[in-house]
Amino acid sequence: MKLTGAEIFIESLKKEGVEYLFGIPGGAVIDLHDALYKQNDIKFILTRHEQAAVHMADGYARSTGKPGVSLVTSGPGATNTITGLATAYMDSVPIIVFTGQVPTPLIGNDAFQEADIVGMSRPCTKYNFLVKDVNELAKTIKKAFYIATTGRPGPVLIDFPKDIQVAKAEFKYPETIHIRGYNPTYHGNPKQIKKVVKAIVNSKKPLLYVGGGAVISEAHKEIYSLAKKLQIPVFTTLMGIGAFPEDDELSLGMAGMHGTFRANMAIQYCDMLISIGARFDDRVTGKVSEFAPYAKVVHIDIDPTSISKNIEVDYPLVGDAKLVLQDMLPLFDEYSTVDWKEVRKPWLDQINKWKNEHKLAYNKETDEIVPQYVMEKLNELTKSDDPIISTEVGQHQMWVAQFYTFKNPRRLLTSGGLGTMGYGFPAGIGAKFGFDDKQVYVIAGDGSFQMNVQELATIAAYNKPVKIIIMNNGYLGMVRQWQQLFYGRRYANTVLDVQPDFVRLAESYGIKARRISKKGEVAEALKELVDCKKPYLLDVVIAREENVYPMVPAGASLDNMLLT
Amino acid sequence: MKRIYSIIVENESGVLSRVANLFSARGYNVESLSVAPIDEEGLSRMTIVTDGNEQVLEQIGKQLNKLIDVIKVIQFGDEPYVEREMALIKMHTDRNTRAEVLRIVDIFRGKVVDVSHDSYTIEVTGDSTKIDAILSLLEPLGIKELARTGKVAMIREKKR
Repeated sequence: MKLTGAEIFIESLKKEGVEYLFGIPGGAVIDLHDALYKQNDIKFILTRHEQAAVHMADGYARSTGKPGVSLVTSGPGATNTITGLATAYMDSVPIIVFTGQVPTPLIGNDAFQEADIVGMSRPCTKYNFLVKDVNELAKTIKKAFYIATTGRPGPVLIDFPKDIQVAKAEFKYPETIHIRGYNPTYHGNPKQIKKVVKAIVNSKKPLLYVGGGAVISEAHKEIYSLAKKLQIPVFTTLMGIGAFPEDDELSLGMAGMHGTFRANMAIQYCDMLISIGARFDDRVTGKVSEFAPYAKVVHIDIDPTSISKNIEVDYPLVGDAKLVLQDMLPLFDEYSTVDWKEVRKPWLDQINKWKNEHKLAYNKETDEIVPQYVMEKLNELTKSDDPIISTEVGQHQMWVAQFYTFKNPRRLLTSGGLGTMGYGFPAGIGAKFGFDDKQVYVIAGDGSFQMNVQELATIAAYNKPVKIIIMNNGYLGMVRQWQQLFYGRRYANTVLDVQPDFVRLAESYGIKARRISKKGEVAEALKELVDCKKPYLLDVVIAREENVYPMVPAGASLDNMLLT
Repeated sequence: MKRIYSIIVENESGVLSRVANLFSARGYNVESLSVAPIDEEGLSRMTIVTDGNEQVLEQIGKQLNKLIDVIKVIQFGDEPYVEREMALIKMHTDRNTRAEVLRIVDIFRGKVVDVSHDSYTIEVTGDSTKIDAILSLLEPLGIKELARTGKVAMIREKKR
């Protein structure tokens, strides 16, 4: 029997196990929505902006590990997805975005709501397609899911013209797919693995550098075994948070521009840096020429283009982090008689000294609400629930990274690569759709929150108990901090002196909300937020000019930290 | 340092743009680029000449390999290879220069492929230094128009 393009679309998504589509309808996708209307397997989540729809698909994907899917219309609907695509591309998130397109005979004619989305999205997708023949549709969808979820994952866009949605074809979903130009390397070279093992065993001051790739490949157990077995201290990047339990004695927390003193010092003095699924981003390395000056560098990454891109690497190892470590771990058995605790003692003692020298700290003497305190309190209240925390971008994002103790992967959703303000709220909503039984806390700044504030309607409409905490300082705080420290306190265009009343705004959507401004109110207000069974917004008026420390000024080496 | 990449790609719309974008997004320069289908159905060969330091060239090679539409990347460097380029050169000619132009074309084993009262169009093939050489000799005689194909290259077959 022949099916229409729209029906093939639905059947293909079912084959891929898709539960939710996030998006907004429009002229070029009416036929798809009509087909969605006639079935119950796939639920369409109506958002209020296409950018938010893509972030929701992204948040769903990051938290569940399954691909997230979005469906939007042509033209402006499609162009609105670009920031979402670029965000997912930078952080290697598997999402598939379907965009409607004008009928094929009109493509290129500047038709109503036409945009060359394939051309526009090419640099910010892993791959993209324009479907030109309904007979190719099922295969194209299969390819899109395959490309998005394998190798180094990433966003894939399918541009789907209106006439293809109504054209008919025989439906046959391919079981497997082979793309001759696409063969990711999963297993590391065995000889190189042996060499790396030897180098690690012979090092005196090894250090594990764990990035987002470790979370994506779910290598956390293997990393834990490696660290424990050989007593190697571990730091993560922002994207790697959760891939190693932060309450473990070997954890140094996050490194980089706002990393811990001990992590940054450990990098500068280690003799062996073992990078797993990280890409030596400038926010981690600081001044590249002075980064880890004494270290031999091992770099395990599934993407060969990440290796030796920013930093000269001594032991490149292309492969999937989990599989490479699984191949590597048994090779250490040969050294199981070694007392690694004893061998490592001088190095770990040194690290402990750094740990005690400059702990993450903040002003505890004031009556004002200091944001770090809010994070600590939230951590105390919620850590046993293992919740999902989604952040926007800026100071609050760094306070979450520093003061919330993450113990599991896929629990922190944050735009690390692109740094997209407006990401956190919709991403948190997407995660909530993925995990009905888990608490989702969105930590936002007052600036970022307003970039996708319209999605209050979405959580109200679906009654999704997403909990929002706004760290409200009336500034674009991170930029203000730079202006204070490096631009002579000239607060050019960072003062948000006109603000909505967030409480009344939330209430206008029927969402419960509250504002607090005194330290004494924090614990009780957070408790109310945690216990509430419905969506909830807490507007926390924080100490206005609180800064994020430590801070490595842009372009400085990691041991040049501003500590207070 | 110059390098020639010969890449086999899927013959699909958007491939050229993906390859071009790889260079432009990183500020790498493309000196010449030629594309044409090869005998295997659905595939094309692109020959790209570029310039950069060792690290940049290594990145380009890896990035090309990473593109899903790229089937194979051949880098010309250590192994012996042949490279050729073709140029069409339209010359202003008059009574005084015709003989001289023909002499130069003859020396370079070129061909005159079109003639008019006041012009010759010349076809010449060779490696890039040869093309450069004939151009420098023809230049003073009045070049009207020039079209170069850019390089194509192949690894030399191993001799027994």
